[in-house]
Amino acid sequence: MTTDTRTSSKPSAPVVRRSAATGFKRRASNRIGSAIALVIAVLWTVPTFGLFVSSLRPEAEIKSSGWWTILSDPQFTLENYQRILGGATSTNLAVYFQNSLVITIPATIAPLVLAIMASYAFSVLKWRGRDAVFVAVFTLQIVPLQMALIPLLRIFSGTAVNDMFPFVSLWVAHTLFGLPLAIFLLHNFMSEVPRDLIEAARIDGAGHVTVFGRVMLPLMMPAIASYAIFQFLWVWNDLLVGLTFSGGSRTVQPLTAALAAMTGDRGQDWHLLTAGAFISILLPLVVFFALQRYFVRGLLAGSVKG
Amino acid sequence: MGFFLYSKNGQLILAILAFAAVMAVLLLVARLADRAKGRRTVGVMVAVFAGPALLLLVLGQIYPAVRTLWMSVMDKRSEAFVGLDNYAYLWENPAGIIAIRNTLLWVVLVPLLSTAIGLVYAVLVDKSRLEKVAKSLLFLPMAISFVGAGIIWKFVYEYRGAAQDQIGLLNALITWLGFEPVRFLQDAPMNTVFLILVLVWIEAGFAMVVLSAAIKAVPNDIIEAARLDGVSGWQMFWRITVPSIRPSLVVVLTTISIATLKIFDITRTMTGAEFNTQVLANEMYEWSFTFGDNGIGSAMAVVIFLLVIPLVAYNVRQMTKNKAVRG
Repeated sequence: MTTDTRTSSKPSAPVVRRSAATGFKRRASNRIGSAIALVIAVLWTVPTFGLFVSSLRPEAEIKSSGWWTILSDPQFTLENYQRILGGATSTNLAVYFQNSLVITIPATIAPLVLAIMASYAFSVLKWRGRDAVFVAVFTLQIVPLQMALIPLLRIFSGTAVNDMFPFVSLWVAHTLFGLPLAIFLLHNFMSEVPRDLIEAARIDGAGHVTVFGRVMLPLMMPAIASYAIFQFLWVWNDLLVGLTFSGGSRTVQPLTAALAAMTGDRGQDWHLLTAGAFISILLPLVVFFALQRYFVRGLLAGSVKG
Repeated sequence: MGFFLYSKNGQLILAILAFAAVMAVLLLVARLADRAKGRRTVGVMVAVFAGPALLLLVLGQIYPAVRTLWMSVMDKRSEAFVGLDNYAYLWENPAGIIAIRNTLLWVVLVPLLSTAIGLVYAVLVDKSRLEKVAKSLLFLPMAISFVGAGIIWKFVYEYRGAAQDQIGLLNALITWLGFEPVRFLQDAPMNTVFLILVLVWIEAGFAMVVLSAAIKAVPNDIIEAARLDGVSGWQMFWRITVPSIRPSLVVVLTTISIATLKIFDITRTMTGAEFNTQVLANEMYEWSFTFGDNGIGSAMAVVIFLLVIPLVAYNVRQMTKNKAVRG
């Protein structure tokens, strides 16, 4: 308790009388508290750390001893990564990594742009039925993805567009499922922009396109960043849409689907699984650490404000 | 043209260009409407700004959801009407009952455990020196996919016979303490609990972030007043902190419950739904895409949706109640 020590060391500070017993109890419970926090922190990080260490160990070692033995017998290799990124086709994840990128980039941009525009219509423009439609969009957020899956898939399957551009169905599906939350989140942010600002611009003769582009967009940047991270993580980490809309095709399947298949077929090949899993979580982790501030802001806006 | 049509990167660039072009045309229309300043301007504006999103939602979510409802009362090829037979299957079939039982276990345990852990952790690290780092550690798993998390934990739970060296962390600890190794993922019914813990590991960070913000918003004078009254840390937690953040607790609990109902990735990667670990969301996937029975698959999707409704209703009611109290 840093505050306690500070008050007691300052002679002029108001003295809060506290018996030695409570002081001792506080410190003891504090210690227990720190110990619990430490245990939780360790439990939450060690599994990921173990995966990373294992991915760097030779195949024979991974399969015969625990990763913690590196302390007594350190042996490292990049061979697992070489196999995962360049080896035989059945275990080569490089293709899927590219697929994931090709899926994720448009599937992050499209819902973002559409939602920014829609949230302008829901927060600045005044029209009849606006609130009712907004509530409907908000409700859609809750409908499980599973409810729309099969009919949506039917719309695409067998069409010429789908044969020519196999990624389109994945982009559309992800855009769709991301839209309700995106509109809701961005609308919340946009509603907080002072109305005076918009009115002033309108009186100066600015049209809606100008207000949208010159006033709203710059103010919305932090909100846009926080939603972009969400959508990126959600699409990159998704398995259900990736599995169903890719039709099991190697040319479009994302990394998650390939990894899931690998755990089924080669469940004991820990040297491949650990390296593969680490490759798949690397990009999200980088994005996450670089933009953590925005991520937290988005989480809070989405769940607390309601 | 070949690059755009036949390579992945080409299609990616083409898609972005096409999307940008559509948006540019729409904004151009809006600009023209701005100039015209007629009575119909607002209509055009709404159509430009909200139109594309609303159209997508109607075609891609509302229409399919209605169709799924319809398919759930039809046979597996959606050709003949079968009434509620598909739903009846769910509780007449032992596998379906196991899936329902497990799903209920998930939806009770995951929100409770992750919220409890997130709350305790948020209180413990609040205002400590390493608060920021400590929080990042807990919510790092949120960036990891369910498949990735499945592999991470499958490795932690890995079982080897007692004669061999354990390579899974947990069994290594257990054998080191002198006990027999445990088949974490194979032995029912505890294996479901071990799968549940993986989702707790992911969701606790979410709970912690939201609850920590709520704790920081508790007015300082209340805390000071309680402290002057000589309240112990334990009482402070139960009598001051928890009641003050009640609305956030409800939101966190319901949000996690809703997410939990839809999860199938963890079960799929870790046990392949074997050893009695089936859940509704995975069963829905199997019926629709492995067995090709759209009737039963759709019925399961509808059941998942029905299970979500009370949670959402409760959440909305709490929200309006709190708004009324706050004035």
